[in-house]
Amino acid sequence: MTITHKTEVKGKNGENWLYSENVKKHFFHPQNTFKSQEEEEEFEKNADGIGEVGSPACGDMMRMYIKVKNGKIVACRWKTFGCASAIASTSILSEMVIGKTIDDARKITPQDIVQKLNGLPLRKIHCSVLGDKALQKAIDAYEKKKK
Amino acid sequence: METRNVYVDHAATTYVDKRVIQSMIPYFDKVYGNPHSLHSFGRVAQKAVNDARESVASILHCTPKEIIFTSGGTESINLAIKGVALSKGSGHIITSKIEHPAVLETCKYLEKQGFTVTYIDVDKYGIVNPNDIKKAISKETILISIMYANNEIGTIQPVWEIGTIARKYNILFHTDACQATGALSLDVSHLYVDLMTLNGSKMYGPKGVGILYRKKGVQLQPLIHGGGQEFNLRSGTENVPGIVGFAKALEYAQKEKQQENKRLVALRDNFIKKVILTIPKSVLNGHPTERLPNNVNISFLDVEGESVLLYLNEKGVAVSTGSACSSQSLEISHVLDAIGLTHDAAHGSIRFTLGKETTKNDLEYVLSVLTPIITSLRRISPVKVKKSEIRKT
Ligand SMILES: Cc1ncc(COP(=O)(O)O)c(C=O)c1O
Repeated sequence: MTITHKTEVKGKNGENWLYSENVKKHFFHPQNTFKSQEEEEEFEKNADGIGEVGSPACGDMMRMYIKVKNGKIVACRWKTFGCASAIASTSILSEMVIGKTIDDARKITPQDIVQKLNGLPLRKIHCSVLGDKALQKAIDAYEKKKK
Repeated sequence: METRNVYVDHAATTYVDKRVIQSMIPYFDKVYGNPHSLHSFGRVAQKAVNDARESVASILHCTPKEIIFTSGGTESINLAIKGVALSKGSGHIITSKIEHPAVLETCKYLEKQGFTVTYIDVDKYGIVNPNDIKKAISKETILISIMYANNEIGTIQPVWEIGTIARKYNILFHTDACQATGALSLDVSHLYVDLMTLNGSKMYGPKGVGILYRKKGVQLQPLIHGGGQEFNLRSGTENVPGIVGFAKALEYAQKEKQQENKRLVALRDNFIKKVILTIPKSVLNGHPTERLPNNVNISFLDVEGESVLLYLNEKGVAVSTGSACSSQSLEISHVLDAIGLTHDAAHGSIRFTLGKETTKNDLEYVLSVLTPIITSLRRISPVKVKKSEIRKT
């Protein structure tokens, strides 16, 4: 028998945590990330809203950056500290929000993120909740700045 | 570099040594009798078990009657701790905060049954101070259980010093030597232990078999009742191939340990040095020298262990991490918590445990894939921990 290194992870209690193909895709190839330190600094300076939730002490930490033009999110970047599903959740969320109006982005729920990922293991659902919260905070920051 | 499979998780379990497999094979279909049976089929099986017991006893410098074969580390630990507790009826137990769950959960269970337990702190390297044990001893203390070497950070405990104290105060002393089985001295006359747990699956022996050394005269209540095998302490038909394999594996591991340890220590120290030099903000967990020859445990600050593990897995490298997901959040290992690491530092911990077939090239490959993984995970991490902030204050 040869071992293939497919990413299949089991939980401590033995239940399957098999990540969906979509989770794996976004985990191994995260989208809308900063490609360099310079890009990060530039984006951070010109971002219209930044939202951050969590801390390493609670396990996961996420930060979302958005740029808004004419009421629409035109660019999004993120940074995440956490496990595979935390990284995948933020990555897919960044794809979901680009092109959306602020109002539509507001309506995104954790369930939408889970659905787009084709499911998350039960014990990882909180990752999608955090991603959503980070986005809402970024939007809050944008709206506060606008006023 | 070409992708290769590098298994560096030997503390989880090892493959079985080919010589050990060979020694076991006859006991599946040729010598398959029940050691309890009086006919010659049974007699040869009994002899195999006896020989194995003698071989193990000679390595531990004890008598064969002091060796109880079990189904592995967890069972031996349960038999040692609950066996003493049930035979005493009540009392106080001393253990450490960095024990394997087999010890900690057994102690927690006994607390529910009315026993009291002291969980001793360890220093920043994960070492138990024997004086702390001395201080924890009371009139009620019935048992001290301290592991020989830690499974996560590889720290080796001053077992004989603790044993000396236990003897002086006339308290039974158990050590969980699961991780030490293949690498350290198991001479019970020097370790001053009354009970010692070994298992096969981490020393190139079969899984699901272990022993409990029980010094003559130590009273234990059995946990498994039945036909009276293993001196009435562990009933059930003996796992003959497993027992034979366990004894063979122990024999080879102990005979070859000096040379193998030397090789492993050189590999280990070179790998640690290279990782720390190559990857910024990487910190060794555990003691620099008082550690198992095959154990490397390093925290990579600002990244999370499960992510690193899965990326490494894609590159063919098998490791483990002290960061684990629970339903609400990521949890850190109780061992890393006990040595005082902050959550930030503990989440990024990766354990590499080398084995007999691990080569310098394997480790160079690991480093070559590890470096870009840490870099890219750090690029997407919002966390920036300072190296000076990795310990709880
Ligand atoms: C230190 C230690 N104690 C106990 C055990 C449990 O042994 P087993 O898996 O054979 O029951 C292990 C193995 O995981 C271990 O590393």
